Amino acid sequence: MIVADAENCAGIQGYIAYAKCSGAGAAEILQQGPEAFEHQLGLEVLASGRPDNVMLVMGLHPDYLNSFWKMQGLLLRVDGPLPCPWRHYIAIMASARHQCSYLISFHMTEFLQVGGDPEWLLGIHRVPQKLRNLNEINKLLAHRPWLVTKEHIEALLTTGEHSWSLAELIQAVVLLTHYHSLASFVFGCGILPEGDPEGNPALQVPLPSSGQSSPPNGDPLGSSGGFDAVREVEALMERMKILQECQLQEEAASQEEMESRFELEKSESLLVAPTSDILELTPSPDVLCFVEDPTFGYEDFTRRGTQTPPTFRAQDYTWEDHGYSLIQRLYPEGGQLLDEKFQVVYTLTYNTIAMHSGVDTSMLRRAIWNYIHCVFGIRYDDYDYGEVNQLLERSLKVYIKTVACYPEKTTKRMYSHFWRHFRHSEKVHVNLLLLEARMQAALLYALRAITRYMT
Amino acid sequence: MEKMARVTTALGGNTLTGRTMYCHLDAPANAISVCRDAAQVVVAGRNIFKIYAIEEEQFVEKLNLRVGRKPSLNFSCADVVWHQMDENLLATAATNGVVVTWNLGKPSRNKQDQLFTEHKRTVNKVCFHPTEAYMLLSGSQDGYMKCFDLRKKDSVSTFSGQSESVRDVQFSIRDYFTFAATFENGNVQLWDIRRPDRYERMFTAHNGPVFCCDWHPEDRGWLATGGRDKMVKVWDMNTNRAKEIYCVQSIASVARVKWRPECKHHLATCSMMVDHNIYVWDVRRPYIPSAMFEEHRDVTTGIVWRHLHDPYFLLSGSKDSTLYQHIFKDASQPIERANPEGLCYGLFGDLAFAAKESLVTADSNRKPYPGDRRHPIFFKRKLDPTEQFESVSSSALSVFETEPDSSSMGWFVDTARRYALAGRSLAELCDHNAKVAKELSRNQVAQTWTMLRIIYCSPGTMPSANLNHSIGKGSASLPLMNSFNLKDMASGMGSEARLDWSKGENRSENILLDSSATLITNDENEETEGSDVPADYLLGDVEGDEDELYLMDHENAHTEEPEYVLPQEAFPLRHEIVDNPSGPDHLQDKADSPHVSGNEAETVSLTPVESFSLISISHTLYESRLPPDFFSALVRDMLRFYAEQGDVQMAVSVLIVLGERIRKEIDEQTQEHWYTSYIDLLQRFRLWNISNQVIKLSTCRAITCLNQASTTLHVNCSNCKRPMSNKGWICDRCRQCASTCAVCHHVVKGLFVWCQGCSHGGHLQHILKWLESSTQCPAGCGHLCEYT
Repeated sequence: MIVADAENCAGIQGYIAYAKCSGAGAAEILQQGPEAFEHQLGLEVLASGRPDNVMLVMGLHPDYLNSFWKMQGLLLRVDGPLPCPWRHYIAIMASARHQCSYLISFHMTEFLQVGGDPEWLLGIHRVPQKLRNLNEINKLLAHRPWLVTKEHIEALLTTGEHSWSLAELIQAVVLLTHYHSLASFVFGCGILPEGDPEGNPALQVPLPSSGQSSPPNGDPLGSSGGFDAVREVEALMERMKILQECQLQEEAASQEEMESRFELEKSESLLVAPTSDILELTPSPDVLCFVEDPTFGYEDFTRRGTQTPPTFRAQDYTWEDHGYSLIQRLYPEGGQLLDEKFQVVYTLTYNTIAMHSGVDTSMLRRAIWNYIHCVFGIRYDDYDYGEVNQLLERSLKVYIKTVACYPEKTTKRMYSHFWRHFRHSEKVHVNLLLLEARMQAALLYALRAITRYMT
Repeated sequence: MEKMARVTTALGGNTLTGRTMYCHLDAPANAISVCRDAAQVVVAGRNIFKIYAIEEEQFVEKLNLRVGRKPSLNFSCADVVWHQMDENLLATAATNGVVVTWNLGKPSRNKQDQLFTEHKRTVNKVCFHPTEAYMLLSGSQDGYMKCFDLRKKDSVSTFSGQSESVRDVQFSIRDYFTFAATFENGNVQLWDIRRPDRYERMFTAHNGPVFCCDWHPEDRGWLATGGRDKMVKVWDMNTNRAKEIYCVQSIASVARVKWRPECKHHLATCSMMVDHNIYVWDVRRPYIPSAMFEEHRDVTTGIVWRHLHDPYFLLSGSKDSTLYQHIFKDASQPIERANPEGLCYGLFGDLAFAAKESLVTADSNRKPYPGDRRHPIFFKRKLDPTEQFESVSSSALSVFETEPDSSSMGWFVDTARRYALAGRSLAELCDHNAKVAKELSRNQVAQTWTMLRIIYCSPGTMPSANLNHSIGKGSASLPLMNSFNLKDMASGMGSEARLDWSKGENRSENILLDSSATLITNDENEETEGSDVPADYLLGDVEGDEDELYLMDHENAHTEEPEYVLPQEAFPLRHEIVDNPSGPDHLQDKADSPHVSGNEAETVSLTPVESFSLISISHTLYESRLPPDFFSALVRDMLRFYAEQGDVQMAVSVLIVLGERIRKEIDEQTQEHWYTSYIDLLQRFRLWNISNQVIKLSTCRAITCLNQASTTLHVNCSNCKRPMSNKGWICDRCRQCASTCAVCHHVVKGLFVWCQGCSHGGHLQHILKWLESSTQCPAGCGHLCEYT
């Protein structure tokens, strides 16, 4: 019955829709209960017209959707330093870095609706120089945020015909990081474009999951690995318990040990790169036209043999103290909403793990969050990276790394392979953590560069 | 450096001397702390942990506590504190959550004493008990505070703040058992060290994280807190509820706050981001720091007063890798650069002026202007002998009132209310507005409206016959308004007369007159005066003599108000003047005389000429078939004139009434400026409806969007009293219709009035009737509703 409700809501597409077909775990899709779902969507999303699929999937976590929606509204619609068409165009530029045609086509429509020049949609070479100057920082933030330096900021801000103001730049940076990470979410959850209301077939996007993978019914999700999966969950619970006890026992590892654990985790993240059997996607030309230097991509933070950039110490530049203060100064509403959003996602929990409830998941969530930051080279002094190894299984690490760093390579197989016995809402939860942790990491790098420029 | 002062203070046998000086550290500092004897300072950071001796001329490195080949994370300090009882004892908080104590008395190179690894997250703050030798307190990111006894290996007690991240902990200086803790969520908690189960008090101090707090060294109840919301607040903790007694607004988030020794109201702050300066505030004067140190090139991370009883030496460490000693003599005092005068113009023409008392008293013996109603009010603050920077603490406030009858703004309000701006034909609007202006005795304005009608209304709609007719009849409005025209006409006919005029005093009237004059001269003496006359006139006279003109006008307004009302007897004279155009000389005499004295009789005598001239204008106009925008330059200048004169009301009203006809002539920015000024005035007079109408009628994009901001009306459901988040009138919580009338219990369709206090309401008529007899809410909720 709940399933029927869910289907009435609108066609949720993507992996979650597959799960519905397979019949397994479908009851949990709307674990919040249909009223909550409907309620939330009704208030926030339906008010704005037809809900898109991103909203529908996020609607699994209404608290989060609420603050996400506010932030996105602020970025795109509320008065701000940048004109509206520019905002949508920046969104297009950011999504194009990850070849996320879902977001691109969505914002192309919006761009035209707010009165953007259709000429611009022909490609990046048609837009004003000022907007084009954003390319470099867009590229870096999308793939290797640690390379952003104060010189990049300086180049954008130095007075001249095409210079940016600090307030404009902050909004642009928030927009860019927002859309890079939203692209991660879109790929991570395998969200497909909504079908035309008239029933025309949906636009086909070069989404890897849609084409090549096994038919939805034969999904390993419910049937095949059922028993193993249950065992995995139990094992995870067990490990969490042990870790918690360990902590109480004060069996502290030496500092050197901790240091090396972080390095290990960092270098190990090299190995969890997605296997090369995935065919390299050739992005379609209508995406390429918004991209400069399309071959630039994520490169592992630590490459053996090359000079590694210094590790970013989380304590030296935190969001709460420094990042917030800076944004608050230049883009006050933005700072407030971002702060709220990070807080909501960091504290979001239903105290459930798969079929267990009443579990303190903070350890697991922190492991995921810190692992994502680790992949971007941010280290927490007060975190034992050994925990990551204990808590995150390899398939999950592969998934996280892929979605965070090269989301366009995500496949449905990866999605279904990790946490096989977990609910979809929990997997979406992981994706939310991914989205926010990634955004915060990139923002921290960008804001640090801006701070350095200002001092 | 030579310029810098050298200060010596005697403190009970212990003499502090020194100057402003600094030394380079190898790495950014996170925190500093000073030894009890004020001769040594410890600097701690991620990559630095050193002790410096403070000598007279320089800092000298005494000890590097970072020993060992591979620096461990235990050395990466977030905070450091030097025991105030034992000069060998130090404690640091490490970013990895370890609390370390150091004993300088150890013979070995490694002075590390004890290691507490109980916190799971970064430790933000450590604090020694001010009098107890072995008691150490720590606050950590994991939300716990722990109290250690240095004689034991583990913590004695753990305090759970039940929330995220402890940012600061401070033992109370006087209350042996009390300490304060500040939190990331904006709360401050007070704990009793003996009761780890529950805090004694909690209150929300800031919006966002509270980064720091400091107990007042003398006054036991005062606690200063600084937060991310850029505020420094001083709380009086003596009362049951923590009471905010002072609040200082800084320009950046406040990272550290330290009371200044020996100065009851002073405290030093530094900020976490962007701003590198150290400020010393007098909390009673929260708008301007009393002293400022600007030496650092990157954010200041640690500040500490060098000696417990010396207010003149401040030490600071910074991310720019320097350690500074600041001397108060070298501090910059923003107050010296600040402008101590304030000026404000009141709604009804009053003027308030505040300045240093010395300035005002100096010229108080000057003879006051006649009509100057000055009421000097003096504020004097008692001088506190201990305050060093209290030189400018008394000021005087003078209020100049305008004479109550002379320039009341009543005309503005009346005009705003009665003007018609849209909804009728242009001619009607002009006539209406002219009439309004005339009734308010603003003849010049009235005349302008009439002129506009003549200029812009095509001959078809306003045939000259009609015009004639109305004049002949002596209709209430027209002849009067034209009284000035008359002069114009007259002067226009004879060029000599006109020249004389432009030099005369009565400039303000001339403008209009001249415009009409040119109309005529265009026709009659084109060769001599031509089309450049208006420009010439405007440049030469109006702009040159603006001030004079303004004054004149002002006077006129007061003195001659009654005289402008022209008696109708003027008409008999008409015949006589009709002849005048042929004899300019004769007219000249007449024209001159009124302006010398500006008195009733003369104006009266002129009126007929005017009416005549009107006719002639209309005739000449239509005969020559001027293009419709022929006058737009003239009208534009007229609008500018009014706006510059301060009558922005006229400018905006004409702008709206004429609409497209004139809009293109004036650039958007000027229009926007006029609109905003007018709207601002209207709103200050609480003419909300009119201001809304103006906003709606304006064609400026920036103005029309004023009405598009915050268009949401928040309503509560009358059943459950909670906000209605739904569209429509069905509350989604109690699923009932929220718009039933509390009197007749039917659903209200149409006008619905409700009380913002209790959310009940109903049909406008019903509620009105109900509240006539009762003061309480008709729903019986007991709320005393008001209808105003």
